Amino acid sequence: MEHYYQKEIECASREQILEIQNQKLKEQVQHVWDNVPYYRKKMEKAGVSPSDINSVEDLHKLPFLSKKDLRDAYPYGLCGVPAKDCVRIHSTSGTTGKRVVAFYTQGDIDLWEDCCARAIMAAGGTADDVVQVSYGYGLFTGGAGLHGGSHKVGSLTIPISSGNTERQIMFIRDLSATIICCTPSYAAYLAESMKEMGLKPEDIPLKAGIFGAEAWSEEMRKDIENTLGIKAFDIYGLTELSGPGVAFECCEQNGMHINEDHFIAEIIDPDTEEVLPEGSQGELVFTAIDKKAFPMIRYRTRDICKLSREKCSCGRTFVKMAKPMGRSDDMLIIRGVNVFPSQIETVLLEHGYQANYQIIVGRVNNTDTLDVHVEMTPEMFTDNVMDITKAQNELVAGLKSMLGIKAKVTLVAPKSITRSEGKAVRVIDNRKI
Amino acid sequence: MSVKQVSVFMENKPGKMCEMTDVLAENNINMRGLSLAETEGFGIVRIIVDDVYETTTILKDAGYINKLTSVVIAELPDVPGGLNQILKVFASEKINLEYMYALSSEGSSFDKAYMVFRVSDHKAAEAALTRAGIRVVTQEDISSL
Repeated sequence: MEHYYQKEIECASREQILEIQNQKLKEQVQHVWDNVPYYRKKMEKAGVSPSDINSVEDLHKLPFLSKKDLRDAYPYGLCGVPAKDCVRIHSTSGTTGKRVVAFYTQGDIDLWEDCCARAIMAAGGTADDVVQVSYGYGLFTGGAGLHGGSHKVGSLTIPISSGNTERQIMFIRDLSATIICCTPSYAAYLAESMKEMGLKPEDIPLKAGIFGAEAWSEEMRKDIENTLGIKAFDIYGLTELSGPGVAFECCEQNGMHINEDHFIAEIIDPDTEEVLPEGSQGELVFTAIDKKAFPMIRYRTRDICKLSREKCSCGRTFVKMAKPMGRSDDMLIIRGVNVFPSQIETVLLEHGYQANYQIIVGRVNNTDTLDVHVEMTPEMFTDNVMDITKAQNELVAGLKSMLGIKAKVTLVAPKSITRSEGKAVRVIDNRKI
Repeated sequence: MSVKQVSVFMENKPGKMCEMTDVLAENNINMRGLSLAETEGFGIVRIIVDDVYETTTILKDAGYINKLTSVVIAELPDVPGGLNQILKVFASEKINLEYMYALSSEGSSFDKAYMVFRVSDHKAAEAALTRAGIRVVTQEDISSL
């Protein structure tokens, strides 16, 4: 039986959703015009005022907001309410040097937790479940978001945060955790550790996992599902828009329903910035229509994906976004070719390796080099150098056909690639450009 | 009859071999034979030890991927032409040799040498050597060599 947290809205008609969106959009545009000088200036520059925005149809008239705006306006420049009305901040990891600080009112926190509660229930969660939140707690949105969502569902919540794998496994088993929330790379690591301990899927009480904050492939999903004996659900979000839960997967597991009563999605051509027709692949742009402290209007996510309005068997009417190919921030341009780490991961899993890899990009004599470090596994190891080299060459050929460029494959010792207890460091770019 | 060799995956980087021998030394494991096959990126260390089970357990716990491989160890006279005798047996029986290396013997007899052979068919190789009157070493013999 399908579970819903807010069935009326999750299964509302398109007309009802549009009505909500039109109303909230108008209010939100007025709110930023009145309260955020940075936005007002942008809108004036674009020659648009709140009276021009009467419905979702008018959205395209509004200027885009990019990560650069967030940097320029740091820290308070995009805040829509005085600090005294905010109750919390969250922040991105800032590993790429672009730390984002997002503000929340109590109302913003509430709607965000509602979104996470919808995700947990879509993954089969109810008040009878025990939810282990193994996302990092703290500035990162993962822990707080799913924690709040789990409370709203009424599930018993284990706020274990990330790390300490042995303790994670102990709690899962001792407290019979049924749902785990963490990054997919950490789920893969936990799965591998449990396998090493000799645990079989039937020894692990988990039935579902909600995994996000990183790009991951279908192959990785199958791997995690088989090893842990669970259904693995994708969840999407970004700190700028509150955190995880902007979109979530249902039982169909073929795309994530966007919470359209809070977020309006558009797909644009990242180069021309033109809005593309429904079903086209392009950059995902979001407008948060009721978040007050950190109101994002036409925020460019850099994520490349497609939207689909095909009827979903789960009963939800929210538009579905396909799993992003990767964030265009993750995208590497190597010898002029676009390469996403998720493509490399797909090839590795197809060839029997695990998703423990690191991509090292360099430049020698003005030519980019791509070196993929892959951990050797007991299954792939033999005493025969020729067999190992043959498998290695097949992997090189597989990468060539997926990426269109040649990559060098280096086999490294097991567990030598830093494991992510938060987000995996998948790419090391040594190019000095 | 054949002997189990422990094959270990190793990165081809400075200090890696030393890290492994540290583990073996700490656990008081004596290697009786060793050979290293290397490629550009990785190597396979092949070792012969007295206690295969103990060694593989220790290596696994230390995070090394290893596999057991059947090899044939033959005793030969430590004189010119000693190895040649054995290879002649393999040649005439059409047994293909993948690799070989020497084993250290700490015993009293200075006139004997021991060679480790990885062959296409170790059972056939052992039978052929025995027929030719050449002594084939068993796992139990290793500690007494």
